[in-house]
Parts: sequence; structure tokens; C-alpha cells
Amino acid sequence: MTRKSKLLMGAIIVAAALSYLIYGGIREAAVYYITPAELHEKGASAADRSFRLGGMVVPGSVHWDPGTLQLTFRLTDGKEQVAVMHTGSPPDLFKEGTGAIVEGKYMSGNLFIASTILAKHSEEYRPPQAGQAQAKDLYRTLMKPPEERR
Amino acid sequence: MISTLGRFTMVLALGIALYGAIVSILGVRRRKPALIESGRGAVFAVFGLATFAVLLMEAALVGRDFSIQYVARNASLGTPLLYTVIALWGALEGSILLWIWILALMSLLAVVIEGRRNREAIPYATAVLLSISAFFLFLAAFPANPFAAIFPPPADGRGPNPLLQNHPLMAIHPPCLYAGYVGWSVPYAFAMAALMTGRLGEEWIRTVRRWSIVAWGFLTVGVILGGWWSYEVLGWGGYWAWDPVENASLLPWLTGTAFLHSIMIQERRKMLKVWNLALIITTFALTIFGTFLTRSGILSSVHAFSESTIGPMFLAFIGVILLVSFGLLVYRSDGLKAEGDLDSLVSRETAFLMNNLLLLGFAFAVFLGTLFPLISEAVRGVKVSVGEPFFNKVNVPIGLVLIFLMAIGPLIAWRRASLDSLRRNFSLPLLLAFLGTGVSSILGVRGLYPLLAFSLAMFAAATVIQEFARGVRARRQISGEGYLTALSNLTKRSRRRYGGLIVHLGVVLVVIGITASTVFRLEKEVSLKRGESMHLGRYQVRFDDLTAWQEAHRFVVQGTFTVLNANRQVAEMRPAKRFYPSEQQPIGTVDVRSTPREDLYLILSSFTQDGASATLKVLIRPLVMWIWIGGAVMALGALVAIWPDRRVLVAEPVKERVAWQPGRS
Repeated sequence: MTRKSKLLMGAIIVAAALSYLIYGGIREAAVYYITPAELHEKGASAADRSFRLGGMVVPGSVHWDPGTLQLTFRLTDGKEQVAVMHTGSPPDLFKEGTGAIVEGKYMSGNLFIASTILAKHSEEYRPPQAGQAQAKDLYRTLMKPPEERR
Repeated sequence: MISTLGRFTMVLALGIALYGAIVSILGVRRRKPALIESGRGAVFAVFGLATFAVLLMEAALVGRDFSIQYVARNASLGTPLLYTVIALWGALEGSILLWIWILALMSLLAVVIEGRRNREAIPYATAVLLSISAFFLFLAAFPANPFAAIFPPPADGRGPNPLLQNHPLMAIHPPCLYAGYVGWSVPYAFAMAALMTGRLGEEWIRTVRRWSIVAWGFLTVGVILGGWWSYEVLGWGGYWAWDPVENASLLPWLTGTAFLHSIMIQERRKMLKVWNLALIITTFALTIFGTFLTRSGILSSVHAFSESTIGPMFLAFIGVILLVSFGLLVYRSDGLKAEGDLDSLVSRETAFLMNNLLLLGFAFAVFLGTLFPLISEAVRGVKVSVGEPFFNKVNVPIGLVLIFLMAIGPLIAWRRASLDSLRRNFSLPLLLAFLGTGVSSILGVRGLYPLLAFSLAMFAAATVIQEFARGVRARRQISGEGYLTALSNLTKRSRRRYGGLIVHLGVVLVVIGITASTVFRLEKEVSLKRGESMHLGRYQVRFDDLTAWQEAHRFVVQGTFTVLNANRQVAEMRPAKRFYPSEQQPIGTVDVRSTPREDLYLILSSFTQDGASATLKVLIRPLVMWIWIGGAVMALGALVAIWPDRRVLVAEPVKERVAWQPGRS
């Protein structure tokens, strides 16, 4: 065998190894985007599988217990709702009535255990809504005279 | 006034760029020096107009002229001066303006510096550079006009995106990244010029190598600073999430790195001519693709802060680039036969070929993983994403082999390496690598990949240090110089080689930082009442106080935490949340205590309204600082490699007239 064909063989082997690596990676790491309605449709067949579930956080459904760090809420796509459970605090951009994507596993019994919450950051400018409490009103009690601030 | 003037400047610059591109080609085809000279003048004029436009925009921003839509959206009365000035690159239209300016500057430098040496190539390169400018000027003149007016002007602007005004790193990360992207235009332009003139020898390689290192250096710094910004601002304790926009900046880096290595083979052995042209075309196309990914909103990303209609134009531009460039490449393929041949499989050529193959494989995996949701939706109709696990699974093994090649490449001889030279060059580093593996295993490193990463890093570092040590020793024996003089003279003798070795050392530091901060990471989230403490690693963190105050442009709630190590107070840390009036949700501000050994990272997750308790996330990330230091070392290496040689100005470069030959002791 000439050196050139040896080299070509080597390149083919490397390329094959790379393809195998990529193929395996995709098989193992593929995560399906799914909506609450699609999840309901799948039902029990979706149990114990990983998904990326996207929807709107149902107003009034968020419950957060700082003591145990348990966060529960429901996601909806307007048709169906899925209960989501997460350990940890809600991310800054997470809010009722806005979009969120959660990653995690679907358990039987219509419960989604989220390992990650990705809140959608909206670029749109919205003026403060009437009746919506402003931070400086909410946390007025925390304000101290300047000299006490370090 | 500013609106009309700005728009007029853009349109005028567009016209001049198009004119310059056309007359440059006409001048060289019809042998009319006056036309070529006119094309050169166009480069100067475009730079002048771009500079004027940038200054005009800065005047509007700093003067808070809210009749300009861009200013109304990205500045406000309360925004501090620094963030007002850098709002130039806070959104789409201003970024394009900055892009235009950097491109105009690079074109000007290329024309001035290379003009004397490349009489034949320069008109073509000028035409290519001006055509690229014309595309971006077209965007700025029409669909993404930064000077668009708004009527009636609002009383106050909205201010920059809070995430973009939370850290001063925003002042340097985007310009560096853009310079890294734009910088590749110059090597691309000279490659195209080589194809157009048919002078396909090694001249264009010699012209572009320094420009490529400049672009590569800026891109490296841009990517690393992006990671640092993400780490300091986004508050998740990580620096790289395989986010589409991060990947977009990594892709040209990977192919550009491959290019920097493969042109050495062409210089030495006159091989890989087609390959090098294809690599530079791909790299340039990927820089445009990166902008497209960032700016089109086609993939959801934390960075994709603007969705706009210019996406299809970018795609069309990329299509034209690929079609024209590869079309020319095929047209000229007869003149691109390799003159040299591979002598042995155990040679530096082979190591570099493997390095190229793997860097491209790495890039392909990143490209595929990034676009996978689009591909799967188009092919199978389902949206499937492959996240971090995919990139880690595929790219970590490739990366490890690359580190191995990085260690042996510079030391293995060209053409054919003898067994004896291999033994001489690698026995000590190999021994150190095994020793390092043992030590890291004792220190608690488990798992194949982490152990391999540490031992290969050790191996690579040892080869670099051995190479410097041998060179210094040889010089000292011959000339009796001191250690530092010998080191500096050694580096001066062969800047590219030793600059490259310094870059490799930087890569080693980055690899060690990434591995350690991933393997030994600790984190814990708890709710604490005032005075309560939590423990993590060697630290005890006590919640002392929560205070709030109003600043000009935001409201701040800040926690005070005392950090103790073995009952001794080591720091007081203040993570906070900032409430911007234009945002409905607060922006968290982390507090990081960095030491060479480890970073302690505090995130204030939430707190009760009365301030009696707060939820705190504490993270420990060992050796993170070495990633940033490694980035600086890589930039230093690039700087050493491009530092002008006084010899070059006096005479033609002397070929390796060194007492001591690299790779041989």
C-alpha cells in the first residue's frame, strides 16, 4: 500500500469514528420539544422520558416554598395543562402568565419533573401596568437611611 | 438633522464602496493605474464616512437625542455614560454600524500595509473588501438603518437591555468578537485575489498569515470574554452553555485554527493548496453565518436579542459567497496541484493533517448540534434539540485527541521523524504526564475523561516548557547569555514558532480550568434566616442583612453575607437583585470571590418582603480563573507571533538560520 492510500485509510477511519460519535451523541441526547397537549396525547407511553416542554405559566398556579425549595406550577398551551415540579428557586425571568420552557422527565400521573427552567426573556418594552406593584413600593421596608448602608 | 445626515452618509458610503469595487477590477483588467488608484481612494473614503457615522451615532447617544429611534430604544436619561457610549453595540443596527467601521479600518490597513508588496493582488483584494463593505452598508442604509427617526420623540428612552448594562465587560467583549469576525475578511480577500489573478503559489499565504493570526487572536479573546461575561452576568455559574450564539463564535475559531496550521504545511511542503483555500472560504462564510445566527432569531438563544427581517439577506449573501468562491476554486483547480508529497506517516505533516481533520470534525459536530432543531423539523417534521449532553459526548473525546496532537505537533520533525528523535523529544513529557495522572488520581480525579484531560494537559505543557528550556540552554552555551536574554533572543529568532508554543500553553491552562471547574464543582441552594449560616466546601456563609435603595436608573435589593473559612472571616459578599423600570422581572447580580485556587459564587435567588429570610445559591468552581488567564496567554502568544520583525524590513526573511534547530536537541 502506498503512503497516500494509507493516509486516506487513516482519514476514512477517523471520519467513520467521528460519524459514529455524532450518531451516538444524537441518539442519546435528542430531546423532543413537546406541548402540553401533545404530552397528554402520548399519555403513559411518554412516561419516564426526557422532553423539553414549552407553554405558558398558568396564572395563580405558581407555588414556591423557600423552606424546602419546592417550586410547583402548571404549564398550558391553551388546550391542556401539565403540572411541573422543580427543586430550586424560580429564575429571574420566570413569571405567571409568561412563556417558559422546562427540561426534564415526564412521570406518570401528569407530573413533569423539571431539572431546568428556561424563562423566555421578552425584548418588548411594556410600560409598568396600572395597579402593578413596583419594586420600590414592595421593598420599601428594606430601605435604610444612607449612612447605615455599607 | 442627525437622522438625515446619518442616512446620507450610509448611502454615500454604499455608492463609493460599489464604485471602488468596480473600478479596482476595471483598472487591473484594462491596465489603467488611475482607476486602481481611484479604487484605493474609495477605501479611504469609506473609512472616513464610517468613522463619521460612528461619531454621529455616539453624538446622538451621548446627547440623548431621542428623535433617533435607536437612541430612544437603547439609551435613557438615567443610563450611566459608559453604558450610553457602548450602547452602540447593544442592538442590531448599531452593531452593524460598528461592524462596518471595523471592516473599513481593516480594509484601510490591508491596503496601506500590503499595497507595496502585492501590486498585482491588491486591486482584487480591494474589490472583495469593498464588496463585503457594500453588503453591510446596504443593510445600514436600508433595512437596518441605525439613523431611523421617530416622531414624536419620546421624553425619555428605554435604555439598554439590563443584561447589557450590568457589567463593564460589555464594553470590550462585542468589539473584540466583531474584530475577530471581521478580521477574517482580509485573508479571505487575498485568497480570492489569488484565485482571480491565478497566482496560486505561496505568496498569498505569506501575505495573509499575519492577518489571520490577528483575526484569530481577536476571535479567541472575544470568545473567552464572552464566556467570562456569561459567568459574571447571567448568574448560572457557568461560562459555556453550547448556546447557538456561542457556537456561532466557536465555528470560525475552529476552522480558522485549522487554517493557521495547514498553511504551514503549504509554506513548507507546497501541499494542500485547495484545502487551504477551501478552509479560508469556509471560515469567512462562518463569520457571516455567525452574524446571521445572532441576528436572525432563527434559533432561540439567550443572546438573540433581536429578531429582524434581515435574516434572508444574510442567507443570500452567504449563498453568493459560497457559490462565487467555490466556483472560482473549481475553475482554477488545474493550477492547484500539490508540488510536494508526503514522505512518511510519522511526520509533522501527518500530525497537522490529523489536527485539521479533527478540528473540522469538531466544527461539523458543533454546526450539526446547533442546527439540529431546524434540520429535524425540516426532515422529519418534529422539533428535536440536542443540548449540552450531545456536545459534551461528541466534542470532549475529539478535544482530548486534539490536545494530544497539540503536544506532539510542534516537536515532531517535518518529512520524517526518526525513532531516536521521538524518544528524545517525548520521553520526559510522557513521564511527567504519567506522574500527573497519578497525582490527579490521588487528589480525587475520577473518570476516564477528566484523568485523560489532566494528563494530556500535563504532557502538552511539558513539551512546551522542554522546548523553551532546550532553546535557552543551547543559546546560553553558545553565547553565554543570561536566562532572560536567552529566552527573549530565542523567541525573537523564531517568533511564529515560539508564539505558537505560548498559545499552546494558554490552551493547556484553559483545558485545566474547564476540567477542574466541571469535575470539582460544588453547589447548594438554601433559605436562610438572618444570622443563620450554611456550609459548603471549606466555607461557611452567614446571612447578615438585606438592604434596598433607589439609584438613578434602577432599584437595588442587596444581601450581605459573611464568608468564613475555619472560623476566620475571609470576605463579605453582596449578591443583589436589580429592578429596572423597563423590565418586569429583576436582574440578578452575582458576587464572585475569585482566587487562583477556586471561585466562590453567590447568587441571591429570592427573599421575603420583610427581609427576614433569603434564598441563596452558593457555588464553588475550582480553578475557573485559569480559563481567563489561559485566554490572556493565548492572546499574548498571538501577539508574539505577529510582532513585526526588524529583519523583514531590511531584507527578505532569512530562512531558519538558527544555531539550534527546533525539534532537535
